Amino acid sequence: MKEVAIIGIGETKIGELWEKSLRDLGIEAGFKAMEDAGISGADIDAMFVGNMSAGQLIDQEHVAPLMSDYSGMAEKNLPAIRVEAASASGGLALSQGYMAVASGVHDIVVVGGAEKMTDVGDETAGEILAKTADQEWEAVFGATLGSLYAMMARRHMKDYGTTKEQLAAVAVKNHLNGSMNPNAQFRRAIKPEMAINSAMVADPLGTFDCAPLSDGAAAVILAPLDKAKKYTDTPIKILSCGQAGDYMALHDRDSITRMDATIVAAKKAFKYAGLKPKDVQLAEVHDNYTISEIMAIEDLGFFKKGQGGKATQDGQTALNSKISVNTSGGLKAKGNPVGAVGVGQAVEAVTQLRGEAGERQVDKAETALLHNIGGTGSTAIVHLLGRLS
Amino acid sequence: MSVGIVSYGGYVPYYRIEAGSIGAVWGVDGTARGKGLGIIRKSVPSPDEDVITISVEAARKAMKCCKADPEKIGALYVGSESHPYAVKPTATIVAEAISAAPNLTAADMEFACKAGTAGIQACMGQVASDMIEYGMAIGADTSQGAPGDALEYSAAAGGAAFLIGKKDLVAKINTTLSFTTDTPDFWRREGQMYPRHGGRFTGTPAYFKHINACAKMLFDKMGTKPEDYDHAIFHQPNGKFPLRIGGAMGFSKEQLEHGLLTPIIGNTYSGAVPLGLTNVLDNSKPGDKIFVISYGSGAGSDGFDITVTDNIKKHKKNNWQPLSDLIENYELLDYATYAKFRGKINMGGVA
Amino acid sequence: MAIARFWRENDSRYNMYGKKCGNCDKTYFPPRDMCPKCRRESMGKMKKVQLTGKGKVISYSIVHDGLPEFHMQLPYTIAIIELEEGARITGQVVDCNGDSVKIGSKVKSVFRKLGEEGKSGVIHYGYKFKLI
Repeated sequence: MKEVAIIGIGETKIGELWEKSLRDLGIEAGFKAMEDAGISGADIDAMFVGNMSAGQLIDQEHVAPLMSDYSGMAEKNLPAIRVEAASASGGLALSQGYMAVASGVHDIVVVGGAEKMTDVGDETAGEILAKTADQEWEAVFGATLGSLYAMMARRHMKDYGTTKEQLAAVAVKNHLNGSMNPNAQFRRAIKPEMAINSAMVADPLGTFDCAPLSDGAAAVILAPLDKAKKYTDTPIKILSCGQAGDYMALHDRDSITRMDATIVAAKKAFKYAGLKPKDVQLAEVHDNYTISEIMAIEDLGFFKKGQGGKATQDGQTALNSKISVNTSGGLKAKGNPVGAVGVGQAVEAVTQLRGEAGERQVDKAETALLHNIGGTGSTAIVHLLGRLS
Repeated sequence: MSVGIVSYGGYVPYYRIEAGSIGAVWGVDGTARGKGLGIIRKSVPSPDEDVITISVEAARKAMKCCKADPEKIGALYVGSESHPYAVKPTATIVAEAISAAPNLTAADMEFACKAGTAGIQACMGQVASDMIEYGMAIGADTSQGAPGDALEYSAAAGGAAFLIGKKDLVAKINTTLSFTTDTPDFWRREGQMYPRHGGRFTGTPAYFKHINACAKMLFDKMGTKPEDYDHAIFHQPNGKFPLRIGGAMGFSKEQLEHGLLTPIIGNTYSGAVPLGLTNVLDNSKPGDKIFVISYGSGAGSDGFDITVTDNIKKHKKNNWQPLSDLIENYELLDYATYAKFRGKINMGGVA
Repeated sequence: MAIARFWRENDSRYNMYGKKCGNCDKTYFPPRDMCPKCRRESMGKMKKVQLTGKGKVISYSIVHDGLPEFHMQLPYTIAIIELEEGARITGQVVDCNGDSVKIGSKVKSVFRKLGEEGKSGVIHYGYKFKLI
């Protein structure tokens, strides 16, 4: 198996981007990544596109060739593959691109993630998100995605004493990080009271416990490590990738206060890379809800089960603390363009590992972890990325 | 040969609104208005309740209290004037939901407020003739009164189910008969949301004439007098009419007490007499005699002469939940929430 | 039109039919053809069983920002319920204000409308839960 590196990154601004279509967003991110890598279309062998729900969000299926075509690749007859795993679509696209290069089938691969969510109303977007849980046995009965995470939060509170204040601490930290990220949807710090007192969405989760609905896209260019130096002085190596699944419906799992898919995916990723959680300086974790980040930092092995809330409140996940979590602002502040999330996490990690993150730069960033979740945790993907020493 | 009630179950939704809360919106003294009608509060169905859900709940309660095999139910009738579908039977859904399908006949009935008792009669005929072993008859409604109309104080929701058969009867139906004429006192045209009525025409030539005639037929046929009965149940569009008509016939307040629920749950239309009978059976003892006259606008009355058997004691031990549990456990709504629940708010196509 | 999609689940949604593994006796709802614990050993041994609908609340949320289908019921309570038979299930808890539901509350199933395909479309029915 070949070693694989990320040689270029690109990302659009995340937010309510009324002027831009899905193809506009995808192409913008892709071009930025190609420019960053210093490659031309002629170099590309394949394209992987992470996208959750273009069919419902913009009435367009078959979006991989659409992206390829509008990237100018129609005449090159480039193979383009759409990858879907709900909100883990981007992370899964990255892992598929990684495997394609590692296997030697392709050399230069573009991995993109894009979602256009604001062409439908908020309620419709909420309905579409609920379909990433079990439509027939959860959503049909009135479960929104938020309410499923709220049930995890309620149980986490009961079993481990996690508090509303600790949930709010996640939002406060991520908003502070987002304020330093030029691409973030929300670029302002918030006070804890603002998060604690925000209107209930799905009790006990309020508005500030939930990531927004966002438009946006991200892209990375992958190459075999041995060829990466041809394009860049700072290739970032993909150290490993672990993916795991679980019961589709939350209620079928033995515990709703942990995500077994995350635990297993992380174990695999750490094992393949020969690393431990303490070797990681920064992690981009899937904080679609504040409780998700608390559970993630426990399940990934950074903190003991039940200690995630307290650790966050104590500042142990803040920028340049024990572990810098969601330096980009996370889904909460940077934004939540669903199918683009996993790729956007890679963009942030590469930016950090290159030392180009400006005021939100993590000191001595050597190794980064990416954690991307689909639905309520029926898919989890963990990547480890590292600087070349 | 005996035909009668093998089991029964009633259902009343959880929410209520008081007459005073309705009147306050329309600028009248609702409490006084309610007093005039003999109605303190009425039941209100949740947005996720309709005649089908009420019928299923009532039928399930009936099936839980007896040993009858649901697959032996050969006929199922749901009488209502608020079936959720104009075309597509309520009865098929109820049959599936109590595991009675597919080997049975099922149909919806409509005869204003007496469609439930009409269903009992239809089942009795088929049981008596051995066409079927058991028949299930349900009367249920989620009736609507137009905002501000007198009916808004009374139109309520609820229903009851009766399993009719020959074996293990909790109550024997000694006889039934009907009185029917063409009298347009109250109606709802196809596609209209609210019913209309003939005002005071609904009284003497309609309710009183039909019930009196039917009651006389029943007394004559059975050779009985009011004092021969322990309980009497009359249709109850409000809390006053049944007391007036029953009193005039010679029934005492005590005889009418358990069969009169409209003052505290409102008029449940097709569910009214069936719920009254449910509450009477709940409060009866072996040997009790029950006099029942329903009334449906349009118009007609069904009469029943019923004797409670020893099995009523067993019935009350077997998963039985008295109707009073549902009547006494409720939450009051304000008019705004009531209007939302009943679809009276114009949502501009949003909902 | 999702008529058949709903209709084919009526058995489970109306009457709570699930499956029991003939190998390990674990009960599943909705029905599955394979037990995730026994896998191959369970094949051909999954028996249809009707569940009582009684259980207790594992967790719950009071939903204020809900699906359009449930607009008129906001706020509504959604819960994960562990049935007496061991299977877990997601459903609404009705006829209560959210404050009265607690983790561990005992509930039983009731028959309610789940939704409808617009004012002129088919109505879907199934289970919800009520506090005992």
